[in-house]
Amino acid sequence: MSEFFYMGGYGGYIWSAYAITAVVMTLSIVLPIMQGKQTRKRIEQMLEQEQD
Amino acid sequence: MNKIYKWFHQWGSPPTFYKWSGQWLPWLTFFCVALFAIGLYGGLVYAPADYQQKDSFRIIYIHVPAAWMSMFVYLVMAISGAIALIWHIKLSEIMMLSSASIGASFTFIALVTGSIWGKPTWGTWWEWGDARLLSELMLLFLYIGIIGLYSAIEDKRKAAEAVSILALVGTVNIPIIHYSVIFVNTLHQGPTVSMFDSPSIDTRMLIPLLIMALAFKLFYGIVLLMRSRNELLWRERRSQWVKNIIKGDGT
Repeated sequence: MSEFFYMGGYGGYIWSAYAITAVVMTLSIVLPIMQGKQTRKRIEQMLEQEQD
Repeated sequence: MNKIYKWFHQWGSPPTFYKWSGQWLPWLTFFCVALFAIGLYGGLVYAPADYQQKDSFRIIYIHVPAAWMSMFVYLVMAISGAIALIWHIKLSEIMMLSSASIGASFTFIALVTGSIWGKPTWGTWWEWGDARLLSELMLLFLYIGIIGLYSAIEDKRKAAEAVSILALVGTVNIPIIHYSVIFVNTLHQGPTVSMFDSPSIDTRMLIPLLIMALAFKLFYGIVLLMRSRNELLWRERRSQWVKNIIKGDGT
């Protein structure tokens, strides 16, 4: 297992590259999800105001 | 032309798009996660180490798909921009705008992973004299420019038009990126996989790469649909179909 992480001595390069990619891709997914929730909330508030 | 217009009009009608994209998203997510799992296992475990670059070549499984996508997304963005300019289809405008940030992310990933790969392979993180590196950096600036230009112009209709034109003009950079390693051979290695020649790597290395490329493509599809749905909901907030969705909280 540790051999897997060692990657023949290139572990530091490989895992940092994969980690940065994972962070950027996670953000690419999480941001639109949060944005979508916010959009729905804003439209809901707008509709409630219309009803009053 | 009329047939194409009708087709776009039908599938691109906001409620229809919202409905089918909502049905597609869970499936796309399922296949995307599955492909990533298989591709990562294939790339990091199954594929043998390169005889020259040893294990460091395994960065290829994120670097090359990200670099391919950085160009693919740009083309999708430019084509959507052209469609938005010619036919004024709202959805293509939204798709163009939704593509910009994810395209920038792919370009960023390609540059950073390339830089990390460059260190053990070339002995340097960056080389200003390399045409491939510079043209890819240009691509990142184009994406950032497009995002910035859109938010800078107050009138969003005009902003979308300006961005479409910028995206179209910037398309000249794509063939420059593609041919940069063939004509100007400095640091960056030539293409590993090309459409016309048989690939220059072992099949056990190639298959995970193709799987990862497909996973990245699905990932783009997912982000594109999610962003477009948000934007569409907001733009159409005054229409009845959006009100129905919000009230019924149906997706």
